[in-house]
Amino acid sequence: MTETTIGSAILPRAPVVADKPPGYWLTVVRRLRRDPVTLFCMAVLLLIVLAAMFAPLVAPHDPYKTSMLKRLSPIGTPGYLLGTDELGRDLLTRLIYGGRISLFMSFTPVVLAFLIGGTLGMIAGFVGGWVNMVIMRTTDVFYAFPSILLAIAISGAMGAGLTNGLISLTLIFIPPLTRIAESVTTQVRSLPFVEAARASGASTAAIIRVHVLSNVVGPVLVYASSLLSVAIVVASGLSFLGLGVSPPEADWGLMLNTLRQSIYVAPWNAALPGAVIFVTCMCFNLLSDGLRQALDIQR
Amino acid sequence: MLGYILRRTLYTVPIALGVTILCFALVYLGPSDPLSAILPEDAPKELIDRIKKEYGLDKPLPIQYLIWLGKALTGDLGTSIATRRHVIDEIPPALFNSLLLAVLASMLAFTVGSILGGIAGYFHGRPIDRAVTALAVTGVSVPHYWLSIVLVIIFSVEWDILPSMGMGPDGSTNFSLTAENLRHLILPTVALSVIPLAIVARTVRESVRETMNQEFVQALWAKGLTGRAILVHVAKNAAPTVLAVMGLQLGYLLGGSILIETVFAWPGTGLLLNNSIFSRDIPMLQGVILVLALFFVGLNLLVDILQAALDPRIQR
Repeated sequence: MTETTIGSAILPRAPVVADKPPGYWLTVVRRLRRDPVTLFCMAVLLLIVLAAMFAPLVAPHDPYKTSMLKRLSPIGTPGYLLGTDELGRDLLTRLIYGGRISLFMSFTPVVLAFLIGGTLGMIAGFVGGWVNMVIMRTTDVFYAFPSILLAIAISGAMGAGLTNGLISLTLIFIPPLTRIAESVTTQVRSLPFVEAARASGASTAAIIRVHVLSNVVGPVLVYASSLLSVAIVVASGLSFLGLGVSPPEADWGLMLNTLRQSIYVAPWNAALPGAVIFVTCMCFNLLSDGLRQALDIQR
Repeated sequence: MLGYILRRTLYTVPIALGVTILCFALVYLGPSDPLSAILPEDAPKELIDRIKKEYGLDKPLPIQYLIWLGKALTGDLGTSIATRRHVIDEIPPALFNSLLLAVLASMLAFTVGSILGGIAGYFHGRPIDRAVTALAVTGVSVPHYWLSIVLVIIFSVEWDILPSMGMGPDGSTNFSLTAENLRHLILPTVALSVIPLAIVARTVRESVRETMNQEFVQALWAKGLTGRAILVHVAKNAAPTVLAVMGLQLGYLLGGSILIETVFAWPGTGLLLNNSIFSRDIPMLQGVILVLALFFVGLNLLVDILQAALDPRIQR
């Protein structure tokens, strides 16, 4: 950092040329603005997240109030836009409230795995040697399981519940993020500018903070964002199997599970929670594709 | 080639051992002592000690693991707590049923995915390409358990033309090639094939597009070959990647089918796993996971070797 200040103090400011290329982030924003699909997905996700956050304000009914008379009202019943569930609770309300746990169950593991996996991968890549071997071979073992199987196995062995679900989801997302962080760190470590920094007396901590971190965070973050779509499907899958929160709590996967019993009475009500999972997952997928393309300066 | 096979196989051994350690550890993840499932709550201390000794639970963990591994290697995966039968006897028929579904779904996904991906890659940038790409994004985003439910709603509830539960008439679990059994296969196979279909279509599209841009294809055009003859060359170049993706997908199908098997009450490993979770039948859970994971490891090995055989550049 000091070199640049000295440099700019000595040298006169470069004159602004008319066709000066715009900054990196400006280019990214410009590209995003021209990408209607990504913008639309952003809007839909924002709507879902905001609705879940402010559920008590937007939801038309009480999510836990049951009514024997109004059980399984079809979609479009006056006052109950999306119908009611098997206990007569308003489905729209429960879908809005359900977003709270479902989104929490998918965001938290990805964030935790990003922090843990990113750190582990950077340690493995920077230290190298036997530390690298221990960390990366352990990662290989986790790779030997299809991720959804591993999540179900760990959750199943630990027992149902929100915390156990979070732990098992975090565990399945750590290995891929560790791998990415490790491979980027290994590449960066051997680049000339890191050599130069070391030769000019920079401490290991400074090299990691300034050079490694700034290069590793980007690719790992992009990959982590693509895991969100997987997280929402697997997290809801765990709840669908009964391994997540327990009734009467509202959660998309759990709602899909309990409404399935009424599939012959109100078939399309039973499909609703899954449709929300599908839309959320699809938006995450398209958004992460769009972001990757916008951030990729080479394209 | 032989050297590569040997090296790749040796590399698998520590991974397989790691898998066994992880499966062994599953027992200790539970909220309570592994014994609490079989002992009454007010069991006297002498009884607990005696049973611990009988099961070898009084020994240190590494020794317990070695004993368990030794038994597992000789096919003794313990006794199911729920059914009191040997775990190893329950797994093969369930594995057969799951494999049947996974192989059929893979074949469907491979065929349809390759055709769609091939067309999209060949007509890169045209509307048909965009349609296939949109379809592929939809395919990977569909929660397969929800798709199963939607298929049941359409074909079993609304139209009533296909069965929604089980493997054959009257809940029979023996497979035979009758029309009724085949009808039971349709919905689970379709539901299971959607994700790999989308992934194969994507991979084939990318692979075909990349190959079409290479110089040797230009040379083939210049030589005056027809589109069909060029497609053969392109397919040969795309094959190793597609094969690798498909091989891995077969493994994912086997592992991921638990949710679909639950929806369709399909008597496979997924249903076995689901039942063992809810009866807290840990030996069964451990056994099924171990078999499935080792199967996946073996499949990975096989795919790598096949890929190297098809494309010698891989053997580095």
